[in-house]
Amino acid sequence: MNAKKQWAEMTWEEKRTERFKRWLTAPNIKFVSQEAEKLYTERVTRFARAFHLEKTDRVPCILPVSNFAAYYGGSDLRTVMYDYDELKRTWRKFLHELGDSDTFFGPGMVPSGKMLEILDYKLYKWPGHGISGDTTFYQCVEGEYMKADEYDALVKDPSNFWLRTYLPRVFGALEPLRNIPPFTTIEEIAIMSFVSYGRPDVQAAFEALLKAGRESMKWISAVMEVSQEATRMGYPAIMGGLSKAPFDTLGDTLRGTKGIMMDMFQQPDKLHAAMERIASLTIDSSLSSIGDSGVPIIMMPLHKGADGFMSMRQYETFYWPTFQKVIMAFVNEGIMPILFAEGGYNTRLDIIKELPKGAVAWWFDQTDMARAKKVLGDKACIIGNVPTSLLMTGTAQEVKRYCQNLIEICAPGGGYILSGGANIDEGDPDNLRAMMEAVKEYGIY
Amino acid sequence: MSGDLINLLADLKDREVLELVKQRLDAGEDPLEILGDSRKGIEIVGKRFAADEYFLPELVFSGELLKQVTEMVKPHLKKAVETKKLGKVVIGTVAGDIHDIGLNIVDFMLDVNGFEVTNLGVDVPKEKFVEAMQETKAPILGLSGFLTPAFDAMKETVAAVETVGMRDKIKIMIGGGQINEDIKKYAKADAYGKDAMEAVALAKEWTGVK
Repeated sequence: MNAKKQWAEMTWEEKRTERFKRWLTAPNIKFVSQEAEKLYTERVTRFARAFHLEKTDRVPCILPVSNFAAYYGGSDLRTVMYDYDELKRTWRKFLHELGDSDTFFGPGMVPSGKMLEILDYKLYKWPGHGISGDTTFYQCVEGEYMKADEYDALVKDPSNFWLRTYLPRVFGALEPLRNIPPFTTIEEIAIMSFVSYGRPDVQAAFEALLKAGRESMKWISAVMEVSQEATRMGYPAIMGGLSKAPFDTLGDTLRGTKGIMMDMFQQPDKLHAAMERIASLTIDSSLSSIGDSGVPIIMMPLHKGADGFMSMRQYETFYWPTFQKVIMAFVNEGIMPILFAEGGYNTRLDIIKELPKGAVAWWFDQTDMARAKKVLGDKACIIGNVPTSLLMTGTAQEVKRYCQNLIEICAPGGGYILSGGANIDEGDPDNLRAMMEAVKEYGIY
Repeated sequence: MSGDLINLLADLKDREVLELVKQRLDAGEDPLEILGDSRKGIEIVGKRFAADEYFLPELVFSGELLKQVTEMVKPHLKKAVETKKLGKVVIGTVAGDIHDIGLNIVDFMLDVNGFEVTNLGVDVPKEKFVEAMQETKAPILGLSGFLTPAFDAMKETVAAVETVGMRDKIKIMIGGGQINEDIKKYAKADAYGKDAMEAVALAKEWTGVK
């Protein structure tokens, strides 16, 4: 009780220090060796200092890989989404053969294909399931999963909207959930409350949920096995949770790009109200998801606020307010948000620098890093941005030269982490090793 | 009055646009004139986009507005619309990629700027691109792709066009998320365009339109 009260009274910096201390000391991890533990400590310290704009021994590096291990291990995404042994084998092979790196991404972003099939997930297509079998990434299907006239329903009772309208649309197996009454209709005299649960179609939907749950347990144990092994070997994870900007949540998978852009003109007030509602839901779910991971970092991939996607005025009106609210809720709980700005963010640099110093880190994709360093350099850690095109089609020497140039521009004074502009799934592993060579050769402070 | 419709559309005054279209139809005006003015209005929208005055939301909104105007005008058309087309363009998102926001904006902007567009949609196998190029005899091919798997898919599509001996007869432009000048070289395309208006500028250049 006392500890909790103290937590509430702390400043965000004090909470940040506490959380980072826990990440550094890793109380629940049994390292494979003393050397591994030493390396873990060095690596976490390196990241922590870079995030907080302090100089460190050298520039840290996040190798930009998503499903790379699957292909490195001679398999493919389609296979490892269904075969968890292959998932473990390929990721472990990559883990053991890659060589030195500052962090390691476990296979947690590879969803279980079986689980998605059990629920008949409509929101994604994946190799062999809606897209060509050899594609290296699962993809979102653009659509209006929430209709233009459903804003009031969402704002009034989001859980009910999700359960009985949204989920039945995006999961074919949960379609029958339309037929159950809202949970809030279950009141004292619960005589009729459960009749609809006797319908065969509703029962099938719940069976599917149970089956998906059992499948997810198998999947998560495979994922955890690899992720924990990486940590025990001394590679810290740098993603404790995932989150999104409310505009993107609505624009990506509820109203769709076209829908939300029409709403900006035709029903801006309802759009604002929905984003406020989603902001508070996002904050709660992300904070609770980070609880156990021990990694005090939330990654936020950003989509529809990029250069060209909207004007500065529209960004300030529609995108930034609820995005900033979510960011600051994380910051105020001592969590470090890494804001991954896909596309370009050149026109947004002046507004995003308003966040408190050291509160967030910005991972840039196609943003001009020299300008980013100039505008943001004394406010936030910047991360990036070797182009995926170079990583996938260039030579190791070209990659190294590109990294050298980036380091010379971004490293002075601290607050820089070398990485890719986006992640890659295929390519020459030596191009990744070239990035590590670059930070060791050119990134020493 | 025609100037009004052009400017109202360019300024995205949706209610006024629809009202004026109704008035002009009621007055028995030539529906083709109305469509012509609407097209000119959207051309201004495109120019404002290229000048960074308008952004994606304005393009999307103007597209929907044009769709509504076209729906209103359609029943009044006595013969099929014969617009002068500047040239044919085949576009599509390459195999393994299902993203089409950019693709559809390119389609829309090429169309209002006078090109005859064949849009093959998403996850298009290279054979289908080749087939469409042979059928339409289009001098321009536009390849779209959002993710990194598009690098190889674009390269393979360009190679497929070469295999059937069409490469030197056509121009190929590419664009989308992770695409850039490096990938233009890698895929052996003729040009990379960063947005829909660059696609229009390239198509005009290649067809000799000033």
